[in-house]
Amino acid sequence: MLINCPYCGPRDLLEFTVKGEARARPDAAADLDSEASRAGFVDAVYLRDNPAGRHKEHWLHASGCQSWLVIERDTRTHEIFGASLVASDAEGAKS
Amino acid sequence: MTFSGFQLLRNALNGGTGWTPHWRKAEPKPAYDVVIVGGGGHGLATAHYLAKDFGVNNVAVIEKGWIGSGNAGRNTTIIRSNYLLPGNIPFYELGMKLWEGLEQDLNYNAMVSQRGVLNLCHSDAQRDAFARRGNAMRLHGVDAELIDREAVRGMAPYLDFDNARFPIIGGLVQRRGGTARHDAVVWGYARAADKRGVDIIENCEATGLRSEGGKIVGVETTKGFVGANRVGLSVAGNSSRVAALADMRLPIETYALQAFVTESIKPLIDCVVTFGAGHFYISQSDKGSLVFGGDLDPFPSYAQRGSLHVFSDVAENAMAVMPMLGRLRILRSWGGVMDMSMDGSPIIDATPIEGLFFNGGWCYGGFKATPAAGFCFAHLIAKGEPHQAAAPFRLDRFATGRVIDEKGVGATPNLH
Repeated sequence: MLINCPYCGPRDLLEFTVKGEARARPDAAADLDSEASRAGFVDAVYLRDNPAGRHKEHWLHASGCQSWLVIERDTRTHEIFGASLVASDAEGAKS
Repeated sequence: MTFSGFQLLRNALNGGTGWTPHWRKAEPKPAYDVVIVGGGGHGLATAHYLAKDFGVNNVAVIEKGWIGSGNAGRNTTIIRSNYLLPGNIPFYELGMKLWEGLEQDLNYNAMVSQRGVLNLCHSDAQRDAFARRGNAMRLHGVDAELIDREAVRGMAPYLDFDNARFPIIGGLVQRRGGTARHDAVVWGYARAADKRGVDIIENCEATGLRSEGGKIVGVETTKGFVGANRVGLSVAGNSSRVAALADMRLPIETYALQAFVTESIKPLIDCVVTFGAGHFYISQSDKGSLVFGGDLDPFPSYAQRGSLHVFSDVAENAMAVMPMLGRLRILRSWGGVMDMSMDGSPIIDATPIEGLFFNGGWCYGGFKATPAAGFCFAHLIAKGEPHQAAAPFRLDRFATGRVIDEKGVGATPNLH
Protein backbone atom coordinates (compact mmCIF):
# COMPACT_ATOMS: atom_id res chain seq x y z
CA MET A 1 0.00 0.00 0.00
CA LEU A 2 1.48 3.35 -1.04
CA ILE A 3 0.57 6.62 0.60
CA ASN A 4 1.20 9.80 -1.31
CA CYS A 5 2.75 12.09 1.30
CA PRO A 6 2.40 15.77 0.33
CA TYR A 7 6.08 16.34 1.21
CA CYS A 8 7.77 13.04 0.40
CA GLY A 9 5.71 11.64 -2.47
CA PRO A 10 4.56 8.01 -2.68
CA ARG A 11 5.94 6.07 0.30
CA ASP A 12 5.38 2.62 1.72
CA LEU A 13 2.66 2.04 4.32
CA LEU A 14 5.23 0.82 6.83
CA GLU A 15 6.65 4.35 7.19
CA PHE A 16 3.35 5.52 8.64
CA THR A 17 1.44 5.16 11.91
CA VAL A 18 -2.33 5.42 11.98
CA LYS A 19 -4.06 7.30 14.77
CA GLY A 20 -7.71 6.76 13.91
CA GLU A 21 -10.71 8.78 12.85
CA ALA A 22 -9.92 12.43 11.98
CA ARG A 23 -12.43 14.65 13.66
CA ALA A 24 -12.58 17.96 15.46
CA ARG A 25 -11.75 18.06 19.16
CA PRO A 26 -14.39 19.28 21.59
CA ASP A 27 -14.24 22.96 22.44
CA ALA A 28 -11.77 23.34 25.30
CA ALA A 29 -12.92 26.90 25.96
CA ALA A 30 -16.41 25.78 26.93
CA ASP A 31 -17.52 25.21 30.54
CA LEU A 32 -15.71 21.92 31.09
CA ASP A 33 -18.00 20.82 33.92
CA SER A 34 -21.25 21.24 32.01
CA GLU A 35 -23.26 18.22 30.89
CA ALA A 36 -22.85 19.24 27.28
CA SER A 37 -19.10 19.53 27.61
CA ARG A 38 -18.80 16.13 29.28
CA ALA A 39 -20.97 14.55 26.61
CA GLY A 40 -18.80 16.19 23.97
CA PHE A 41 -15.62 14.75 25.47
CA VAL A 42 -17.09 11.25 25.84
CA ASP A 43 -18.21 11.50 22.25
CA ALA A 44 -14.79 12.63 21.03
CA VAL A 45 -12.73 10.16 23.07
CA TYR A 46 -14.86 7.02 22.88
CA LEU A 47 -17.52 7.09 20.17
CA ARG A 48 -16.84 6.42 16.50
CA ASP A 49 -18.69 6.48 13.20
CA ASN A 50 -16.64 3.43 12.18
CA PRO A 51 -18.03 3.35 8.63
CA ALA A 52 -17.63 0.57 6.09
CA GLY A 53 -16.53 2.82 3.26
CA ARG A 54 -14.78 6.18 3.02
CA HIS A 55 -13.10 7.15 6.27
CA LYS A 56 -10.98 10.22 7.12
CA GLU A 57 -8.08 9.31 9.34
CA HIS A 58 -5.05 10.87 10.98
CA TRP A 59 -1.77 9.26 9.97
CA LEU A 60 1.74 10.21 11.08
CA HIS A 61 4.58 9.90 8.58
CA ALA A 62 6.77 8.68 11.45
CA SER A 63 9.69 7.33 9.41
CA GLY A 64 9.59 10.19 6.96
CA CYS A 65 8.91 13.89 7.30
CA GLN A 66 7.02 13.39 10.59
CA SER A 67 4.03 15.31 9.29
CA TRP A 68 0.52 14.60 10.55
CA LEU A 69 -1.69 13.80 7.60
CA VAL A 70 -5.39 13.47 6.96
CA ILE A 71 -5.96 10.49 4.71
CA GLU A 72 -9.26 9.46 3.21
CA ARG A 73 -9.36 5.70 2.78
CA ASP A 74 -12.01 3.10 1.96
CA THR A 75 -12.13 0.69 4.92
CA ARG A 76 -13.41 -2.13 2.68
CA THR A 77 -10.81 -1.92 -0.11
CA HIS A 78 -8.05 0.25 1.46
CA GLU A 79 -8.14 2.47 -1.61
CA ILE A 80 -6.71 5.89 -0.72
CA PHE A 81 -8.44 8.98 -2.11
CA GLY A 82 -5.86 11.52 -1.05
CA ALA A 83 -3.56 12.70 1.69
CA SER A 84 -3.24 16.26 2.94
CA LEU A 85 -1.38 17.92 5.78
CA VAL A 86 -3.47 18.25 8.93
CA ALA A 87 -2.61 21.95 9.03
CA SER A 88 -4.13 22.52 5.61
CA ASP A 89 -7.27 20.51 6.27
CA ALA A 90 -10.24 22.51 7.51
CA GLU A 91 -11.50 19.71 9.73
CA GLY A 92 -8.03 18.67 10.79
CA ALA A 93 -7.00 22.20 11.66
CA LYS A 94 -9.20 22.10 14.74
CA SER A 95 -7.77 18.81 15.93
CA MET B 1 -33.26 -36.93 15.60
CA THR B 2 -31.23 -37.41 18.75
CA PHE B 3 -27.62 -38.36 18.14
CA SER B 4 -26.53 -41.51 19.97
CA GLY B 5 -24.31 -44.53 19.59
CA PHE B 6 -27.32 -46.48 18.38
CA GLN B 7 -28.06 -43.91 15.62
CA LEU B 8 -24.42 -43.98 14.56
CA LEU B 9 -24.49 -47.76 14.25
CA ARG B 10 -27.86 -47.80 12.47
CA ASN B 11 -26.72 -45.22 9.91
CA ALA B 12 -23.41 -46.96 9.44
CA LEU B 13 -25.36 -50.05 8.42
CA ASN B 14 -27.90 -48.33 6.16
CA GLY B 15 -25.39 -46.21 4.25
CA GLY B 16 -26.07 -42.97 6.12
CA THR B 17 -29.53 -42.60 4.59
CA GLY B 18 -31.14 -41.90 7.96
CA TRP B 19 -29.37 -38.59 8.62
CA THR B 20 -31.61 -35.55 8.31
CA PRO B 21 -30.82 -31.83 7.91
CA HIS B 22 -29.81 -30.26 11.22
CA TRP B 23 -32.09 -27.27 10.91
CA ARG B 24 -35.02 -26.14 8.73
CA LYS B 25 -34.58 -23.56 6.00
CA ALA B 26 -37.04 -21.08 7.50
CA GLU B 27 -38.65 -18.09 5.83
CA PRO B 28 -39.61 -15.10 8.00
CA LYS B 29 -43.05 -14.93 9.61
CA PRO B 30 -44.66 -11.47 9.88
CA ALA B 31 -43.71 -11.14 13.55
CA TYR B 32 -41.86 -12.80 16.43
CA ASP B 33 -41.46 -12.20 20.15
CA VAL B 34 -37.73 -11.74 19.63
CA VAL B 35 -35.62 -11.21 16.51
CA ILE B 36 -31.87 -11.74 16.77
CA VAL B 37 -29.82 -10.00 14.08
CA GLY B 38 -26.71 -12.05 13.33
CA GLY B 39 -26.52 -15.82 12.86
CA GLY B 40 -23.06 -16.38 14.28
CA GLY B 41 -22.23 -18.37 17.38
CA HIS B 42 -23.43 -15.62 19.71
CA GLY B 43 -26.76 -15.04 17.96
CA LEU B 44 -27.57 -18.74 17.71
CA ALA B 45 -26.51 -19.37 21.31
CA THR B 46 -28.76 -16.51 22.39
CA ALA B 47 -31.69 -18.09 20.54
CA HIS B 48 -30.94 -21.50 22.05
CA TYR B 49 -30.85 -20.24 25.64
CA LEU B 50 -33.91 -18.01 25.09
CA ALA B 51 -35.88 -21.10 24.06
CA LYS B 52 -34.34 -23.55 26.52
CA ASP B 53 -33.86 -21.57 29.72
CA PHE B 54 -36.09 -18.52 29.44
CA GLY B 55 -39.23 -19.95 27.78
CA VAL B 56 -39.12 -17.66 24.73
CA ASN B 57 -39.62 -19.92 21.70
CA ASN B 58 -41.10 -17.53 19.16
CA VAL B 59 -37.69 -16.35 18.00
CA ALA B 60 -36.07 -15.66 14.64
CA VAL B 61 -32.36 -15.43 13.93
CA ILE B 62 -31.67 -13.48 10.74
CA GLU B 63 -28.30 -13.79 9.04
CA LYS B 64 -27.14 -11.91 5.94
CA GLY B 65 -25.04 -14.81 4.64
CA TRP B 66 -25.03 -18.37 5.89
CA ILE B 67 -24.81 -19.08 9.59
CA GLY B 68 -21.31 -19.10 10.96
CA SER B 69 -19.88 -17.36 7.89
CA GLY B 70 -18.45 -14.46 9.88
CA ASN B 71 -16.11 -14.57 12.83
CA ALA B 72 -17.62 -17.83 14.16
CA GLY B 73 -15.89 -19.58 11.26
CA ARG B 74 -12.74 -17.43 11.24
CA ASN B 75 -11.27 -17.72 14.73
CA THR B 76 -8.52 -19.93 16.13
CA THR B 77 -11.02 -21.98 18.24
CA ILE B 78 -9.42 -21.31 21.65
CA ILE B 79 -11.52 -21.49 24.83
CA ARG B 80 -10.24 -20.26 28.21
CA SER B 81 -11.14 -18.19 31.27
CA ASN B 82 -7.68 -16.96 32.34
CA TYR B 83 -8.54 -13.31 32.92
CA LEU B 84 -7.40 -10.84 35.57
CA LEU B 85 -10.17 -8.40 36.43
CA PRO B 86 -13.20 -9.06 38.64
CA GLY B 87 -15.49 -7.81 35.85
CA ASN B 88 -14.15 -10.43 33.45
CA ILE B 89 -13.27 -13.59 35.42
CA PRO B 90 -16.80 -14.58 36.57
CA PHE B 91 -18.17 -14.07 33.08
CA TYR B 92 -15.55 -16.14 31.27
CA GLU B 93 -15.70 -18.82 33.96
CA LEU B 94 -19.46 -19.05 33.47
CA GLY B 95 -18.55 -19.58 29.83
CA MET B 96 -16.01 -22.28 30.66
CA LYS B 97 -18.59 -24.17 32.73
CA LEU B 98 -21.06 -23.95 29.84
CA TRP B 99 -18.37 -25.26 27.46
CA GLU B 100 -17.83 -28.21 29.80
CA GLY B 101 -21.49 -29.22 29.53
CA LEU B 102 -22.11 -27.98 26.00
CA GLU B 103 -22.12 -31.26 24.13
CA GLN B 104 -24.63 -32.87 26.49
CA ASP B 105 -26.76 -29.73 26.43
CA LEU B 106 -26.82 -29.60 22.63
CA ASN B 107 -26.63 -33.36 21.96
CA TYR B 108 -23.89 -32.43 19.49
CA ASN B 109 -20.21 -33.18 19.19
CA ALA B 110 -18.58 -29.76 19.36
CA MET B 111 -15.18 -31.42 19.88
CA VAL B 112 -14.60 -29.49 23.09
CA SER B 113 -11.07 -30.45 24.07
CA GLN B 114 -9.71 -29.29 27.41
CA ARG B 115 -6.11 -29.71 26.33
CA GLY B 116 -4.81 -26.81 28.40
CA VAL B 117 -3.71 -23.26 27.61
CA LEU B 118 -0.07 -22.44 28.35
CA ASN B 119 0.95 -18.74 28.51
CA LEU B 120 4.74 -18.37 28.35
CA CYS B 121 6.62 -15.75 30.38
CA HIS B 122 10.04 -14.40 29.46
CA SER B 123 11.07 -12.07 32.30
CA ASP B 124 10.82 -11.84 36.07
CA ALA B 125 8.36 -8.97 35.76
CA GLN B 126 6.15 -11.01 33.49
CA ARG B 127 6.27 -13.95 35.89
CA ASP B 128 5.13 -11.64 38.69
CA ALA B 129 2.26 -10.46 36.52
CA PHE B 130 1.34 -14.08 35.76
CA ALA B 131 1.42 -14.92 39.49
CA ARG B 132 -0.96 -12.05 40.10
CA ARG B 133 -3.31 -13.16 37.33
CA GLY B 134 -3.16 -16.78 38.46
CA ASN B 135 -3.97 -15.77 42.03
CA ALA B 136 -6.88 -13.61 40.86
CA MET B 137 -8.20 -16.59 38.92
CA ARG B 138 -7.88 -18.95 41.88
CA LEU B 139 -9.63 -16.48 44.18
CA HIS B 140 -12.54 -16.68 41.74
CA GLY B 141 -12.47 -20.48 41.77
CA VAL B 142 -10.79 -20.82 38.37
CA ASP B 143 -7.92 -23.26 37.89
CA ALA B 144 -4.48 -21.73 37.33
CA GLU B 145 -0.98 -23.10 37.77
CA LEU B 146 2.26 -21.14 37.70
CA ILE B 147 4.96 -23.46 36.38
CA ASP B 148 8.72 -23.12 36.04
CA ARG B 149 10.94 -23.50 33.01
CA GLU B 150 11.51 -27.23 33.45
CA ALA B 151 7.79 -27.89 33.76
CA VAL B 152 7.23 -25.89 30.57
CA ARG B 153 9.92 -28.02 28.92
CA GLY B 154 8.00 -31.10 30.00
CA MET B 155 4.85 -29.82 28.31
CA ALA B 156 6.41 -28.33 25.20
CA PRO B 157 10.02 -29.41 24.64
CA TYR B 158 10.06 -28.01 21.09
CA LEU B 159 10.04 -24.35 22.17
CA ASP B 160 13.17 -22.18 21.92
CA PHE B 161 14.15 -22.05 25.61
CA ASP B 162 17.53 -20.45 25.03
CA ASN B 163 16.45 -17.63 22.78
CA ALA B 164 18.84 -14.80 23.65
CA ARG B 165 16.20 -12.07 23.68
CA PHE B 166 13.16 -14.00 24.90
CA PRO B 167 14.31 -16.90 27.12
CA ILE B 168 11.39 -18.91 28.46
CA ILE B 169 11.44 -18.81 32.25
CA GLY B 170 8.05 -20.30 33.05
CA GLY B 171 4.38 -20.17 32.29
CA LEU B 172 0.83 -19.89 33.52
CA VAL B 173 -1.33 -22.89 32.69
CA GLN B 174 -5.08 -23.20 32.67
CA ARG B 175 -5.58 -26.92 32.19
CA ARG B 176 -9.35 -26.61 31.73
CA GLY B 177 -8.83 -24.32 28.76
CA GLY B 178 -8.36 -25.70 25.27
CA THR B 179 -10.11 -25.67 21.95
CA ALA B 180 -13.51 -26.46 20.42
CA ARG B 181 -14.53 -27.06 16.82
CA HIS B 182 -15.89 -23.63 15.84
CA ASP B 183 -18.20 -24.73 13.01
CA ALA B 184 -19.67 -27.53 15.11
CA VAL B 185 -20.47 -25.00 17.84
CA VAL B 186 -22.47 -22.99 15.31
CA TRP B 187 -24.22 -26.05 13.89
CA GLY B 188 -24.91 -27.48 17.33
CA TYR B 189 -26.53 -24.29 18.59
CA ALA B 190 -28.49 -23.91 15.33
CA ARG B 191 -29.79 -27.46 15.53
CA ALA B 192 -30.72 -27.19 19.21
CA ALA B 193 -32.45 -23.82 18.73
CA ASP B 194 -34.29 -25.05 15.62
CA LYS B 195 -35.57 -28.08 17.55
CA ARG B 196 -37.18 -25.71 20.04
CA GLY B 197 -38.96 -23.80 17.29
CA VAL B 198 -36.49 -21.01 16.54
CA ASP B 199 -36.58 -19.89 12.88
CA ILE B 200 -33.08 -19.57 11.40
CA ILE B 201 -33.35 -17.35 8.34
CA GLU B 202 -30.23 -17.26 6.19
CA ASN B 203 -29.45 -14.86 3.31
CA CYS B 204 -31.60 -12.26 5.04
CA GLU B 205 -29.81 -8.98 5.76
CA ALA B 206 -31.11 -6.38 8.20
CA THR B 207 -31.51 -3.13 6.28
CA GLY B 208 -33.33 -1.07 8.90
CA LEU B 209 -34.36 -1.03 12.55
CA ARG B 210 -37.88 0.39 12.81
CA SER B 211 -38.86 2.15 16.02
CA GLU B 212 -41.94 4.16 17.00
CA GLY B 213 -41.99 6.56 19.93
CA GLY B 214 -38.61 5.34 21.17
CA LYS B 215 -39.64 1.66 21.09
CA ILE B 216 -38.43 -0.93 18.63
CA VAL B 217 -41.17 -2.47 16.52
CA GLY B 218 -39.24 -4.63 14.12
CA VAL B 219 -36.48 -5.12 11.58
CA GLU B 220 -36.51 -4.24 7.88
CA THR B 221 -34.78 -7.02 5.99
CA THR B 222 -34.02 -8.04 2.44
CA LYS B 223 -36.92 -10.49 2.89
CA GLY B 224 -39.36 -7.84 4.06
CA PHE B 225 -40.37 -6.35 7.40
CA VAL B 226 -40.24 -8.64 10.44
CA GLY B 227 -42.09 -7.35 13.48
CA ALA B 228 -40.77 -7.80 17.03
CA ASN B 229 -40.85 -5.65 20.13
CA ARG B 230 -37.58 -7.11 21.31
CA VAL B 231 -34.59 -7.14 18.97
CA GLY B 232 -31.07 -8.27 19.82
CA LEU B 233 -28.04 -7.20 17.78
CA SER B 234 -25.19 -9.69 17.70
CA VAL B 235 -23.23 -8.82 14.58
CA ALA B 236 -19.57 -8.60 15.72
CA GLY B 237 -17.44 -6.50 13.34
CA ASN B 238 -20.52 -4.97 11.74
CA SER B 239 -21.87 -3.65 15.06
CA SER B 240 -21.34 0.01 14.14
CA ARG B 241 -23.04 -0.41 10.77
CA VAL B 242 -26.13 -2.08 12.21
CA ALA B 243 -26.31 0.29 15.20
CA ALA B 244 -26.17 3.18 12.72
CA LEU B 245 -29.53 1.93 11.38
CA ALA B 246 -30.92 3.08 14.75
CA ASP B 247 -28.84 6.30 14.73
CA MET B 248 -26.52 4.99 17.45
CA ARG B 249 -22.76 5.55 17.57
CA LEU B 250 -20.77 2.95 19.46
CA PRO B 251 -17.44 2.93 21.33
CA ILE B 252 -16.16 0.49 18.72
CA GLU B 253 -13.71 0.45 15.81
CA THR B 254 -13.56 -2.43 13.32
CA TYR B 255 -10.22 -4.07 12.52
CA ALA B 256 -9.13 -7.14 10.57
CA LEU B 257 -7.49 -10.01 12.41
CA GLN B 258 -5.75 -12.75 10.47
CA ALA B 259 -5.32 -16.43 11.19
CA PHE B 260 -3.17 -19.04 9.47
CA VAL B 261 -2.96 -22.81 9.11
CA THR B 262 -0.02 -24.91 8.02
CA GLU B 263 0.02 -28.20 6.20
CA SER B 264 -0.93 -31.17 8.39
CA ILE B 265 1.77 -32.86 10.42
CA LYS B 266 1.84 -35.62 12.99
CA PRO B 267 0.76 -34.75 16.56
CA LEU B 268 3.13 -32.13 17.94
CA ILE B 269 1.40 -29.48 20.03
CA ASP B 270 -1.00 -31.04 22.53
CA CYS B 271 -2.13 -27.79 24.15
CA VAL B 272 -2.55 -24.12 23.25
CA VAL B 273 0.72 -22.16 23.53
CA THR B 274 0.95 -18.38 23.67
CA PHE B 275 4.18 -16.41 23.27
CA GLY B 276 4.54 -13.78 26.00
CA ALA B 277 7.13 -11.50 24.41
CA GLY B 278 5.04 -10.72 21.36
CA HIS B 279 1.53 -11.56 20.32
CA PHE B 280 1.36 -15.09 19.00
CA TYR B 281 -0.79 -18.12 19.84
CA ILE B 282 -0.75 -21.58 18.34
CA SER B 283 -2.50 -24.93 18.63
CA GLN B 284 -2.84 -28.03 16.48
CA SER B 285 -6.16 -28.99 14.96
CA ASP B 286 -7.38 -32.56 15.00
CA LYS B 287 -6.58 -32.72 11.27
CA GLY B 288 -2.94 -32.02 12.12
CA SER B 289 -2.63 -28.45 10.87
CA LEU B 290 -1.02 -25.91 13.13
CA VAL B 291 -3.44 -23.02 13.63
CA PHE B 292 -1.99 -19.69 14.71
CA GLY B 293 -2.49 -15.95 14.81
CA GLY B 294 -1.10 -12.71 16.16
CA ASP B 295 -1.85 -9.01 16.05
CA LEU B 296 -4.53 -7.02 14.30
CA ASP B 297 -3.91 -5.08 11.14
CA PRO B 298 -3.08 -1.56 12.33
CA PHE B 299 -5.83 0.42 10.60
CA PRO B 300 -9.65 0.12 10.68
CA SER B 301 -10.80 -2.44 8.14
CA TYR B 302 -13.97 -4.16 6.98
CA ALA B 303 -12.03 -6.36 4.57
CA GLN B 304 -12.11 -10.02 5.63
CA ARG B 305 -8.44 -10.39 4.78
CA GLY B 306 -5.24 -8.97 6.18
CA SER B 307 -2.00 -7.28 5.16
CA LEU B 308 1.20 -9.08 4.25
CA HIS B 309 3.35 -7.02 6.64
CA VAL B 310 1.23 -8.21 9.58
CA PHE B 311 1.70 -11.78 8.43
CA SER B 312 5.46 -11.27 8.37
CA ASP B 313 5.28 -9.88 11.92
CA VAL B 314 3.31 -12.97 13.03
CA ALA B 315 5.85 -15.20 11.29
CA GLU B 316 8.71 -13.45 13.13
CA ASN B 317 6.91 -14.07 16.43
CA ALA B 318 6.50 -17.72 15.45
CA MET B 319 10.20 -18.10 14.67
CA ALA B 320 11.17 -16.46 17.95
CA VAL B 321 9.34 -19.03 20.05
CA MET B 322 9.22 -22.13 17.86
CA PRO B 323 11.93 -22.05 15.17
CA MET B 324 10.88 -25.40 13.70
CA LEU B 325 7.83 -23.65 12.26
CA GLY B 326 10.10 -22.23 9.57
CA ARG B 327 10.13 -25.63 7.90
CA LEU B 328 6.37 -25.79 7.50
CA ARG B 329 4.37 -24.44 4.61
CA ILE B 330 1.37 -22.20 5.22
CA LEU B 331 -1.74 -23.62 3.56
CA ARG B 332 -4.22 -20.82 4.10
CA SER B 333 -4.64 -17.45 5.70
CA TRP B 334 -7.84 -15.52 6.21
CA GLY B 335 -9.21 -12.55 8.10
CA GLY B 336 -12.20 -11.69 10.21
CA VAL B 337 -13.43 -8.23 11.15
CA MET B 338 -13.28 -7.56 14.89
CA ASP B 339 -15.43 -5.14 16.86
CA MET B 340 -12.70 -3.56 18.99
CA SER B 341 -14.16 -1.76 21.97
CA MET B 342 -12.40 1.18 23.57
CA ASP B 343 -11.34 -0.65 26.73
CA GLY B 344 -10.88 -4.12 25.28
CA SER B 345 -13.95 -5.53 27.05
CA PRO B 346 -17.34 -6.43 25.60
CA ILE B 347 -20.78 -4.85 25.83
CA ILE B 348 -24.00 -6.74 26.66
CA ASP B 349 -26.63 -4.15 27.43
CA ALA B 350 -29.92 -2.48 26.61
CA THR B 351 -29.77 0.56 24.31
CA PRO B 352 -31.55 3.93 24.56
CA ILE B 353 -34.25 2.46 22.27
CA GLU B 354 -36.71 0.41 24.30
CA GLY B 355 -36.64 -3.24 23.29
CA LEU B 356 -33.37 -2.96 21.34
CA PHE B 357 -30.48 -4.85 22.94
CA PHE B 358 -26.82 -4.95 22.00
CA ASN B 359 -24.17 -7.66 22.28
CA GLY B 360 -20.77 -6.76 20.83
CA GLY B 361 -17.36 -5.23 21.32
CA TRP B 362 -15.84 -8.68 21.69
CA CYS B 363 -12.51 -7.57 20.29
CA TYR B 364 -10.65 -10.72 19.26
CA GLY B 365 -12.07 -12.84 22.08
CA GLY B 366 -15.59 -13.56 20.93
CA PHE B 367 -15.36 -17.28 20.24
CA LYS B 368 -14.52 -18.42 23.76
CA ALA B 369 -17.36 -16.24 25.03
CA THR B 370 -20.00 -17.82 22.77
CA PRO B 371 -21.93 -19.82 25.41
CA ALA B 372 -21.71 -17.20 28.17
CA ALA B 373 -22.52 -14.31 25.83
CA GLY B 374 -25.52 -16.24 24.47
CA PHE B 375 -26.74 -17.09 27.95
CA CYS B 376 -26.31 -13.59 29.38
CA PHE B 377 -27.76 -11.91 26.28
CA ALA B 378 -30.78 -14.24 26.43
CA HIS B 379 -31.19 -13.36 30.13
CA LEU B 380 -31.10 -9.65 29.31
CA ILE B 381 -33.58 -9.93 26.44
CA ALA B 382 -36.00 -12.20 28.33
CA LYS B 383 -35.95 -10.47 31.70
CA GLY B 384 -35.00 -6.93 30.75
CA GLU B 385 -32.19 -6.90 33.29
CA PRO B 386 -28.57 -8.04 33.01
CA HIS B 387 -27.30 -11.39 34.20
CA GLN B 388 -25.05 -10.91 37.22
CA ALA B 389 -21.97 -12.17 35.36
CA ALA B 390 -22.43 -9.66 32.53
CA ALA B 391 -23.63 -6.70 34.60
CA PRO B 392 -20.33 -4.75 34.24
CA PHE B 393 -20.49 -4.92 30.42
CA ARG B 394 -22.52 -1.76 30.14
CA LEU B 395 -22.79 0.45 27.09
CA ASP B 396 -22.51 3.64 29.17
CA ARG B 397 -19.41 2.65 31.14
CA PHE B 398 -17.19 4.90 29.05
CA ALA B 399 -19.25 7.94 30.06
CA THR B 400 -19.36 6.91 33.74
CA GLY B 401 -15.69 5.93 33.95
CA ARG B 402 -16.35 2.27 34.81
CA VAL B 403 -14.19 0.87 32.06
CA ILE B 404 -12.82 -2.68 32.29
CA ASP B 405 -9.24 -2.35 31.11
CA GLU B 406 -8.09 -5.95 31.20
CA LYS B 407 -4.63 -5.15 29.85
CA GLY B 408 -3.99 -2.81 32.78
CA VAL B 409 -2.97 0.08 30.59
CA GLY B 410 -6.02 2.28 31.11
CA ALA B 411 -8.74 3.09 28.70
CA THR B 412 -7.06 2.93 25.35
CA PRO B 413 -8.98 4.25 22.40
CA ASN B 414 -6.61 4.32 19.43
CA LEU B 415 -4.28 1.78 21.03
CA HIS B 416 -5.65 -1.43 19.53
